[in-house]
Amino acid sequence: MTPTPLIQIAGLEKRYRSRDGSLTQALGPVSLDIAQREFITIVGPSGCGKSTLLKLIAGLIERSTGVIRMGGREITGPQPDIGVVFQSPVLLPWRNAIENVMLPATVQKLDPARSRERAQQLLGLVGLHDVAAKYPNELSGGMQQRVAIARALMHDPAVLLMDEPFGALDAMTRETMNLEIRRLWAESAKTVLFVTHSIPEAVFLGTRVLVLSSRPGCVADVMDVDLPAQRSLDLISSDAFGVFTRRIRQHFKANGMIE
Amino acid sequence: MSTSTNTGTNTSNSWLRERPEIVFVPLIFVLVMGAWEAVIHGFEVPLYVVPPPSAIWRSLVNGISSGLFLSNGWVTLSEALLGFAWAAVAGIVLGSAIAQSRFVERVLYPYLIAIQTTPKVAIAPLFIIWFGFGITSKVIMAGIVAFFPILVNVIAGLRSTDVQRIELMRSLRASRWQIFCMVKLPSAMPMIFAGLHIAVIFSVLGAIVGEFVGSRKGLGNLILQMNINLDTSGVFAVLVCLSVIGITLHLVMHWLQRKVLFWADQNQIPGV
Repeated sequence: MTPTPLIQIAGLEKRYRSRDGSLTQALGPVSLDIAQREFITIVGPSGCGKSTLLKLIAGLIERSTGVIRMGGREITGPQPDIGVVFQSPVLLPWRNAIENVMLPATVQKLDPARSRERAQQLLGLVGLHDVAAKYPNELSGGMQQRVAIARALMHDPAVLLMDEPFGALDAMTRETMNLEIRRLWAESAKTVLFVTHSIPEAVFLGTRVLVLSSRPGCVADVMDVDLPAQRSLDLISSDAFGVFTRRIRQHFKANGMIE
Repeated sequence: MSTSTNTGTNTSNSWLRERPEIVFVPLIFVLVMGAWEAVIHGFEVPLYVVPPPSAIWRSLVNGISSGLFLSNGWVTLSEALLGFAWAAVAGIVLGSAIAQSRFVERVLYPYLIAIQTTPKVAIAPLFIIWFGFGITSKVIMAGIVAFFPILVNVIAGLRSTDVQRIELMRSLRASRWQIFCMVKLPSAMPMIFAGLHIAVIFSVLGAIVGEFVGSRKGLGNLILQMNINLDTSGVFAVLVCLSVIGITLHLVMHWLQRKVLFWADQNQIPGV
């Protein structure tokens, strides 16, 4: 009955060679199957290799051992079907908002007129109808990260990789962004992998939460978040929500990651 | 009535505090010139040692009205700007090649170090032998002096590209060339501009040095002639012309920088 997973990760490990020549295990082994339309949140203590895991899937760094497959094909480099949102917005300051959103299309040398139209639609989708001509230094942190999300959606990738995208935002903006990203995900058929160090954020967003142990990050727990699909901020204070956050905290406590 | 007078004094006070240079720069100028004039007359300093400002002013007016300063200034300016243009092209092309390729860097580096550590002024006489007394030898001199600040800043600018921007471009499957044109070069522009800014001033220096060593025209040539004739106030007048050229070039670069780097925090642009 289980459908073939969209992304298969098996025995994935990453080791770095330190300056003194010794090998440092940064991640793994990690094994995980991800189905289409899942919203996987990855939570773990800082330095556990969350971002490394995401970069491996994005094909931005080379793995040491193991396999990552997407749609049955092994990932060996950056994929056209993957969009990445980084920790900071990484907008190019000499391009205005819409030109930043159009960047993937510009790189792929697609028709400018049509991609401009799509970029305008995407800006509307992330709630920025009238900032197309504004430059990044004229936008707030939250707006910049919205532009970055629109840019990641530009080439309509099947998979969205998000590396603590709201980490630098204030609490209020962050909650709004969480609601928005849930809505975006619900309205599209995309598969999302979302790295965070916030336990409530992981539970609120995810259909599944992947808990990583401290360095080198291994899978400490995978839990299905069977909360209602329609999620409002009230959910955070509910008992059902608390069950999940407590369970994640216990993992961290057991490993001495939280005092 | 009294309130309006109060606000009046307050605004004039805050205006003075915010832009003190508007009052104080001319004030200091007038005071220094006055003191200078007084000292020269009071101690009866000979004209050929240090001329008073009034004599410099007369030389300046004469030089300008006779067209002497303009024709020679034009020669020096074109030498400097031609040298600067060549230096800018060479510096950006070579700097990009070095920053992009370890091979080019390793092969060229020893030669660049050798040229840079040689005092450029010492090579100037050779240029006269090779390229003659005309404009070419000065253009090359100006170019060589202007070249290194550009080269160094291009390399440093291209090397300091934010790794996240490159990672973003890689995730979009951009080619090396695209990453260079769309991210590395624009990111390096503030540093490159700082180098150009220094270089344009250096190029005037290079042209003058070239003229000192051997020339028929130019402001450097004029200074030598006037020195021989003990026309000290004439020398001072030429120096005024040179500083006017320098200030103009500085302002033009500043204006260009604001136009091109409208997106950058102007206070964070290194250099001037």
